[in-house]
Amino acid sequence: MKVLLSWLRDFAPDIDGDSEQLAEVLADLGLAVEELSHVGRGLDGIVIAEVLATRPHPDADRIHLVDVDAGDGEALQVCCGAFNMAVGDLVPLATVGTTMPNGIEIARRKMRGEWSNGMLCSGAEIGMGDDHEGILILEQGLSLGVPLAEALGIQPDVLFDLEVNPNRPDAMSVMGVARDLAARLGVPFSVAVPAVDETGTPAAERASVSIASPDFCQRFGVRVLDNVPSGASPRWMANRLLAVGQRPINAVVDLSNYVMFELGQPNHTYDLDLVPGGELGVRMAHRGEELITLDGTARALTTYDGVIVNRDDQAIGLAGVMGGASTEISADTRSVLLEAAWWDPMTIARTARRLGLRSEASARFERGADPDIIPIALDRFAELAAALGSTTAPGMIDATGNRPEPIPVRVRSPRVNSILGTDLSTDQMIALLEPIGFACDSGEDGQDFNVNIPSWRLDSATEIDVIEEVGRLHGFSKIARTVPVTEQAGALTPQQQDRRRVRELLTGMGISEAMPLPFLAPGDLARAGLGDDGITVTNPLVAEESIMRTSLRPGLLKAVAYNAARRTTGVSLFEIGRVNPGGGGDLPDEGEHLAVILAGQEATAATTLWRRLARHLTVARPGVVNGPVDGLHPGRSGQVLADGQPVGALGEIDPQVLDAYEIDERVAWLEVDLGALLEADRGLAPYRAPSRYPSSDVDLAFTVSDEVSADEVYATIAEAGGELLASVALFDVFRSDQLGEGQRSLAFTLRFEAPDRTLNDAEVAQARQSCIDAVSNTHNASLRG
Amino acid sequence: MAEPEQLVVEAERQAAAATTLDELSAVRTAMTGKRSPLVAARKALGDMEPDARKQAGQALNEAKAAIDEILSAREAELAAAARAEKLAAERLDLTEVVEQPASGHLHVITQTWQELEDVFVGMGYRVAEGPEIESEWYNFGALNFPLGHPARDMYDTLYVDYGEPGTTLLRTHTSPVQARVMENQEPPIYVVAPGRCFRQDTADATHMPVFHQIEGLVVDRHTTLGDLAGTIEAFTAAYFGPGFSSRLRPSYFPFTEPSAEFDIQRPDGTWLELGGCGMVHPNVFEACGIDPEQWQGFAFGFGIDRLALIRFGIDDLRELWTNDIRFLGQF
Repeated sequence: MKVLLSWLRDFAPDIDGDSEQLAEVLADLGLAVEELSHVGRGLDGIVIAEVLATRPHPDADRIHLVDVDAGDGEALQVCCGAFNMAVGDLVPLATVGTTMPNGIEIARRKMRGEWSNGMLCSGAEIGMGDDHEGILILEQGLSLGVPLAEALGIQPDVLFDLEVNPNRPDAMSVMGVARDLAARLGVPFSVAVPAVDETGTPAAERASVSIASPDFCQRFGVRVLDNVPSGASPRWMANRLLAVGQRPINAVVDLSNYVMFELGQPNHTYDLDLVPGGELGVRMAHRGEELITLDGTARALTTYDGVIVNRDDQAIGLAGVMGGASTEISADTRSVLLEAAWWDPMTIARTARRLGLRSEASARFERGADPDIIPIALDRFAELAAALGSTTAPGMIDATGNRPEPIPVRVRSPRVNSILGTDLSTDQMIALLEPIGFACDSGEDGQDFNVNIPSWRLDSATEIDVIEEVGRLHGFSKIARTVPVTEQAGALTPQQQDRRRVRELLTGMGISEAMPLPFLAPGDLARAGLGDDGITVTNPLVAEESIMRTSLRPGLLKAVAYNAARRTTGVSLFEIGRVNPGGGGDLPDEGEHLAVILAGQEATAATTLWRRLARHLTVARPGVVNGPVDGLHPGRSGQVLADGQPVGALGEIDPQVLDAYEIDERVAWLEVDLGALLEADRGLAPYRAPSRYPSSDVDLAFTVSDEVSADEVYATIAEAGGELLASVALFDVFRSDQLGEGQRSLAFTLRFEAPDRTLNDAEVAQARQSCIDAVSNTHNASLRG
Repeated sequence: MAEPEQLVVEAERQAAAATTLDELSAVRTAMTGKRSPLVAARKALGDMEPDARKQAGQALNEAKAAIDEILSAREAELAAAARAEKLAAERLDLTEVVEQPASGHLHVITQTWQELEDVFVGMGYRVAEGPEIESEWYNFGALNFPLGHPARDMYDTLYVDYGEPGTTLLRTHTSPVQARVMENQEPPIYVVAPGRCFRQDTADATHMPVFHQIEGLVVDRHTTLGDLAGTIEAFTAAYFGPGFSSRLRPSYFPFTEPSAEFDIQRPDGTWLELGGCGMVHPNVFEACGIDPEQWQGFAFGFGIDRLALIRFGIDDLRELWTNDIRFLGQF
């Protein structure tokens, strides 16, 4: 929403001060200034010029040569990148030596070998509208060589581009912004009553309005205007419209826009001759009803759209969104029906969104226009039109629908202070509210008071809404800052702490944390050997982001492939992230996984990693069970167990999957359900004091079939060693022809000790033999010499 | 038989001639061993007259002590020389190291996330979490966005095909965690909720369809807008450091009223628009089963990703997601 300082002063002449400071005040009122610019500044040196001829540039396609007459009758050559001018057009020329509003200095220079003696300007370049593309074509009749500002009557002004929040329908008009600003600055604000001279046949005899959808249309006002101007609007109006980004079209359209920007009331004109009997009606559209809108498009309507109909119940306008083509005014139009109405915001929002027809008008209706501004807006239009020769029929048609009775809001002063943290008296609160039209009457006890919400604040209806206004007008920056004190000790949950410990362990092991996108393309999971696709996104922008992942594997494989393609192999990465394996109740199941990918490493690297992780997290009975896992190397994969329960898988990525990702090194993989892992039985074994007596070490090497896992042998030894076995560790593995096919040697070192004595040779020998017997019997293994 | 004085002279000569500990050991054997002249002389004492024996014995003892001293001194010399030689031989170039795998790096998002958590934990907050695939109710309904409310359009929501159409979505903000916490916990509540959020957006330098936010929620008996402003200010000082300050500007969010944007002012006077905040709307309290007449609260939220970019001087959001080790390894 763009507003000019001069326009604001039409409502509050005493608004004054430094424009930067005014911008700060506006921001503090919740009207953030996205851009502050100075209209009419930097126009020195820009003059009116006429296009004499245009020629192609001999050496460039994107620019051409334009000869202009800047008042001296001479042809001046200018290089120009826009092609929208014709011979005879009047254009703004920035002469050599001009400093443009953006600070650029115009010099005589060669462009690809051709001299350019100045620059032709677009509207945007000189603060007249938003058009960056074409050169601004000026109206005919201006004197050549005259400074642009003088020729167009441009006064220095300040333009504020405001960000208006959805809860500020009032701020969608110059009047509303002026009201807020005047209230904060403590200067008078008033809306002038438009002066309308009425003449001819009363409007009521020439037009009528009937409302069949009274909830949709709370109010519908009509005036009848004759002798409407057919030419351009006055220069001052066109300048203001240009400044706020609205291209002037013709007097009637410009008047309509001007009134909308000024008062926030969108309005529409019908050619009275094209509306039989001047009869207008309002109803909801029928299913399948069609209407050709002003832009010539046929619109299929629904029962959720509101329409304006004529005497024959034919739709002639899409209420609040766009007028119909059949009653459009033209150069021949002499008399118009001027409509200003109030439409239900939700209905307008829905229609505008469905048809993709959001406009300045629909934006205002969506927020909630002011039903009470309707007669003023009609009169303001009539007043401005009268200055252009139009006449106004006596009277105004003022049809009403169901307008809810305004309910005063009871406001508790202590509550206001309690929410805001202020210490305002009731009188102070009222003094803040009254200038923005929130009429207050003091309650009986002088503490509570009733507030009548103004008609322009549809958003405001409850006590908290009023409290917000008190805070806003008082100024958030003036509220004393305090920090609430809690008795609660801040802390991470044990699970959150564990997550950090996992990250620390992994980074300590040289593994970096990756962050792949959680979205997948169709087929990504299958490509990673993971079977069916996961939950789909209903409205993805691109197919690559249409599937939710069931595993972290596709993302990390992609990351390894990305690095490999950039000549970095041997990359180790991990990720902790959410996955959606499918299933679930009201919401799909969602788990948190940890995955580690070790490029250039064999499967056992994943086992080592898993054991360190399990030990770090004091997981009870961490295990690995060899066996095939989807997408992993069938002979180099296994389940991961915590306390006997499967919590994930590890191994090496299946070579076929690696091929699909164009990775040509071995890749070790571990993925665990971190939630399940952290919930598994965990904790340290009961404390045992270190023995003060010497221990005895025994090394045992067994020939064991490949069918038996080292872990199983380990478990057998651990069990058979009993109380005296302090530790056991696998320290050597080898295969040889001597051992034979399918056999290998597993060498373990065992340490025996007792807490209360030095073990004698017999005791150690007995324990040793128990272990040998157990392994031999359980696994059909033999002790090696 | 040699005179004791001569033995000492001889020992001195031989000790000096010995250049290794082994040679010295041989000298010691020759000079003080069982077959040494010294021992032989001592044996010969038994045949002497008592007076002469006494005199000769004393001379021998003195010679023995002198020889021992000579040998010890020489031994110490040789040992020191041997140690020095060994140390010299063991010299290492300590920069002559074959490159070991470097330590890993936490992602910049995680680093920023954890730092933010730590600031709020230090202020007495707990850390709450919620699902990334969320129901329409928690993302919008419970937060005072009625069905069909235009404010829902402010969020470019991604929905998923689950349950009835339009009921399940990828959360557009971390605010649903507010509602979940309030449903499950009796006030007072002091929590932050960092998390991943989603929106229908095309990836560019400043937008990603996935991003991270941190949400704060306080519900207590007398929580005020002044408390909110003070909390934002305290956070600003704790996270950004001295010289940074904050301001609140009125704004609009359906789930808070009054609502505000908060900006951080850098020491050079420029502003950074950080996030949104406000007092918890009474309708949100009611939707979550908390009596708004008994409890008051504030909420705030802001993006983590942009803070990470600023902190590490990264200029393109997409870099965060490439997983290029040359990126990850820098932080």
